[in-house]
Amino acid sequence: METIETLAQKYTHIRGWGIDADPKNDPTYPIKNRTDAEQRGYSWQRPTQQPIDTEVLRSIERPNVSAVFGTSVPPTGLSGQIRRFAFRFSESEYGHWLPLLLADRVNVVEGLIDDVRQGIVPNIFAEKGMLADWKYNRKNLLQHVLIGAVVTTTILTIMSRTKGPGRA
Amino acid sequence: MLAMNYRGPRRVRIDSKPYPEIKHPEDAIVRVTRSCICGSDLHLYNGNVPDTRVGSTFGHEFIGIVEEVGPEVHKLKIGDQVLVPFNIACGKCSFCQQGLYGNCHESNTEATAVGGIFGYSHTAGGFDGGQAEFVRVPYANFGPTVIPPGMDPDDAVLLTDVVPTGYQAAEMGGIQPGDTVVVFGAGPVGIMAARCSWLFGAGRVIVIDQVDYRLEFVRNYAPCEAYNFNEMDDPVVFVKKITDWMGADVCIDAVGAEAAGSPLQTITGRKLLLQAGSATALHWAINSVKKGGIVSVVGVYGPTDNLVPIGNVVNKGLTIRANQASVKRLLPRLIDHIQNGILAPKALITHRVPLEDVADAYNIFANKLDNCIKPVLIPPSARS
Repeated sequence: METIETLAQKYTHIRGWGIDADPKNDPTYPIKNRTDAEQRGYSWQRPTQQPIDTEVLRSIERPNVSAVFGTSVPPTGLSGQIRRFAFRFSESEYGHWLPLLLADRVNVVEGLIDDVRQGIVPNIFAEKGMLADWKYNRKNLLQHVLIGAVVTTTILTIMSRTKGPGRA
Repeated sequence: MLAMNYRGPRRVRIDSKPYPEIKHPEDAIVRVTRSCICGSDLHLYNGNVPDTRVGSTFGHEFIGIVEEVGPEVHKLKIGDQVLVPFNIACGKCSFCQQGLYGNCHESNTEATAVGGIFGYSHTAGGFDGGQAEFVRVPYANFGPTVIPPGMDPDDAVLLTDVVPTGYQAAEMGGIQPGDTVVVFGAGPVGIMAARCSWLFGAGRVIVIDQVDYRLEFVRNYAPCEAYNFNEMDDPVVFVKKITDWMGADVCIDAVGAEAAGSPLQTITGRKLLLQAGSATALHWAINSVKKGGIVSVVGVYGPTDNLVPIGNVVNKGLTIRANQASVKRLLPRLIDHIQNGILAPKALITHRVPLEDVADAYNIFANKLDNCIKPVLIPPSARS
């Protein structure tokens, strides 16, 4: 590790280099335990690499796949295609984050289709935890149900009128 | 095994999922005995965190019993009762060597800002979380900590995130004896930040939130002054007024992306997702702190841009310090504090819910029903 003295040797051509350096003036202290390790770059002894036996999307801001990674839900389908596109951009780009958010929304529809394919009818009432609403927030729940019923009835009424005789 | 299954914004359910595998020689499999729902899980639940994939299992606050270990695990053995920090950290990279365990560079391949976090989207590494019966725990030689004999499991589970995050919020505030500290948010982390501010020598601790039962809770637990921002014309002016028109020495943002209180922020951040969630609490913190003050941010924000008043940060000469808590670094001190009776985190737990009722638990916590402060999920095998 370079000390302040050896560093100083490097910069003797710059008059006054480091004369006001105060190692205690570190606003990150005590969150960061200063070791100067970061100045040595990507040089640590890396942990064993987890076998890469599934598709892993990697940030283009790093040179490799991290030694361990999660494999909970590999990219699939249309959402997977959008996610692959997003990972062409760095984390500082909207081109990275906005497609990921779009992919999340597409993924929700894919999830519903998958459920139906597997013979699962999603129980939206249970998935939204509405039993808790029934117990602790009943007035609000009933208001929502009522508003939903009125909106649905109105839409159905309008639709049935537009399909009525004489409008072909 | 049973595990929480994310199906889309505000839709989760319990499903049967495959038992986790050892995928790396330093992995362990932990049988979960307690897992919490964290305030930051709500950002995932509401669909605000990019790359939250349908089928994921959330949960970064959990404790359990070691069920299986990989061939290179030598610091844990089967049967050990462990608390598992929410950060997945290798302990070897240059960031871990500096104690920045929330910033490990060997646990998240999909983003460089944050290290791996259990059950916190693919942006945080794509790991399944602990709202399940079993969970894969990478770097088992480094992260998991054996729960000290005699420690209440409810205290232990809160050491995985809430207590260290609240403590680090106060620590990052650089609180000096006698300082006035304002904490925005009276959720579990805000409550703990207020309590810990006293440990750093605060002279006055003020908490601002909009939910009366949470304000009442923090007033008793911290103990501190607590105010409802809905009863103020302007929270920033209110803070100035009660600090002799100077502003607070330290402001802590313990809210993050779900902040209420500003229609513009709600529309652009929470509804349209054009920025990293609503930055209302951050605005208030920056604008309420005194010139030369410190703003400490532990509220979680998404990764896109923020409409942050950066001009005021410059003009006021502020220091902003922010990070995910480095749980492993803080554990020894916090365990001491609990064992010495200085901190009693389990008092935050108001709801104990069977894992099978995870959807109801999310709804209760997200919508602040039934005076909920902190819910804990109990898997079937941990119920006697």
